[in-house]
Amino acid sequence: MESVLGFISPKILSQILVGLSRTVILFIVSSGLSLILGVLRIPNVAHGSLYMIGAFMAYTVSHLFGGGNMGFWMALVLAPLGVAVVSFAAERSLFQFLYEREHLMLLLLTFAMSLVFGDLVKMVWGGEYRSVPVPSIFQGYINLFGGLPFPIYSFFLLVVGPVIAILLWLLTNKTKIGKISRAAAVDREMVGAVGINVSWVFATVFIIGCLLAGLGGVLVAPTVSVTLGMDHTLIMEAFLIVIMGGLGNVWGALLGSLIFGLTQSLGILVWPQFGIVFPYLAVVVVLLFRPTGLLRSTW
Amino acid sequence: MKNPLLRGKLPWVIAALIVLFLLPVFLDRFYVYLAAIILLTGLSATSLNFVLGYGGVFQFHHAVFYGIGAYGTALMIIKSNLSPWLGFIVGPVVAGILGFVIGVICIRLSKLYFGMLQISLGSLVWAIVYRWYSFTGGDDGIHGVPLPDIISSPNGAYYFTLIVTAVSMFILYRMIRSPFGSALQGIRDNPVRSEMIGVNVKLQQLLALTIAGFFGGVAGSLFVVVDNTVFPDMMFWTLSLELIIMCLLGGWFSFLGPMVGAGIIVLLRTYVSGLTVYWALILGIIMMLVIFFLPNGVLGYLDRFVKKKARS
Repeated sequence: MESVLGFISPKILSQILVGLSRTVILFIVSSGLSLILGVLRIPNVAHGSLYMIGAFMAYTVSHLFGGGNMGFWMALVLAPLGVAVVSFAAERSLFQFLYEREHLMLLLLTFAMSLVFGDLVKMVWGGEYRSVPVPSIFQGYINLFGGLPFPIYSFFLLVVGPVIAILLWLLTNKTKIGKISRAAAVDREMVGAVGINVSWVFATVFIIGCLLAGLGGVLVAPTVSVTLGMDHTLIMEAFLIVIMGGLGNVWGALLGSLIFGLTQSLGILVWPQFGIVFPYLAVVVVLLFRPTGLLRSTW
Repeated sequence: MKNPLLRGKLPWVIAALIVLFLLPVFLDRFYVYLAAIILLTGLSATSLNFVLGYGGVFQFHHAVFYGIGAYGTALMIIKSNLSPWLGFIVGPVVAGILGFVIGVICIRLSKLYFGMLQISLGSLVWAIVYRWYSFTGGDDGIHGVPLPDIISSPNGAYYFTLIVTAVSMFILYRMIRSPFGSALQGIRDNPVRSEMIGVNVKLQQLLALTIAGFFGGVAGSLFVVVDNTVFPDMMFWTLSLELIIMCLLGGWFSFLGPMVGAGIIVLLRTYVSGLTVYWALILGIIMMLVIFFLPNGVLGYLDRFVKKKARS
């Protein structure tokens, strides 16, 4: 027994860490999606495009600053801001006219936008694979659990995730804009009636949500090859996470990301060939028993 | 006219069929191929519209049935020693069964939740097909599916597609005009009321989902005939949204709307992607314009236009 445990657990533990660092990316992106879904009621397929734009911007910024540590930190600050500017333009020019539309139409419209964004990215950055170097302070591996190496960058992600979660909690519970947006999620007419400019509240929430998508893109950039099409796989995962956690509930997004990330990384251990099947299976099982998601939806 | 179903429309239907039958006489091989692709894509969109437009069910991931129909047919032909014709039955039947199974799981949920669970189940199927190298060929798909001699030539494939599509469209049309179709549309317009007057809402919807899955599968197996290949991208979720756009573009509430929409999209894709690599950009802009300015689709617009003319 002892030897079996000794043989299995380091592998499992390191896969759990891999899953948790994946969870961080998923959480950052899907919490933004959930925020927009909860307050604005828009199932925003174009959210994935902003994630992709964030990753490409990270590439550009990090190359502008020479690609080292400086490049990475500048990318971490500037690329999400760039995404915020893009999303601000999109919100004012298109999304603000959509808030009253039917969900199916919104889904199709935002899908159309994701196609447009995808080709715009192709125009600006081209179709080749790009890579963003891991900053030198996060390069290398730590040996843990009996010699299995684990990348230091993933530890960095494990630190960033909780920080973002706490910031989001502070934003939604302790700031004025957070309180107004929670009120607007429940009853937007009433919020408008007491003299608050709902249009700008929505714009702010939208930009914060997209900023998170961009941040997710920057953080994932050093671990994957940045390429066209990375938006379409991620947005599907983010949607499933949001549905699994409860529409509009940011903590649901966290829970959903945990389930998604861990089933993905542990599933690979169980059945290497069909590792990608497990998260989808988890979503199906969750929705079978809790059709409206794990936590309470704001809808 | 004896048959009240097609009153006044029969001459048009016959004329259209004659034109379609004569197409290979006048057109190049490439255009015949294109016509066949339009027909089968249109059938796929029409089968989606059967549940989406007429049934009001948010079938977001319809391409899965299209893909499974294709895989069912191709695998049956390649992996078994039975008659290849059997593949054309097995593919659609498997798609129909899948439609039923996914329907049973999703049916309890409403609107958007239904759609999302359906997408996740569809993605599960996609992920399995994408990864099961030993059986489905994984992300490479299957190329060069051997076909029976009659339908292996381009014209043979075209005629087979035309006949199967015409028959399938007729069956779908009959079903929409039947009491079952009326019940389905009643459920779409007012589910609570339909329940109250004794319609078994879930059962009717489930039946519709199974039928839609089956005909989606028929369209998929026709793709095997026309293109000789199957690949997992046939059931990626973006294709499903394209199918919805075809329905929307042609018009949800007219029977031929999805076919028209499919024709427009396939032709545009073929010609625009010859001119520029930014086909997705064009498609996205077209989609936005349609949603903003043609909410009833091209046929809906023409219909209103004709009626306005007739009145004045």
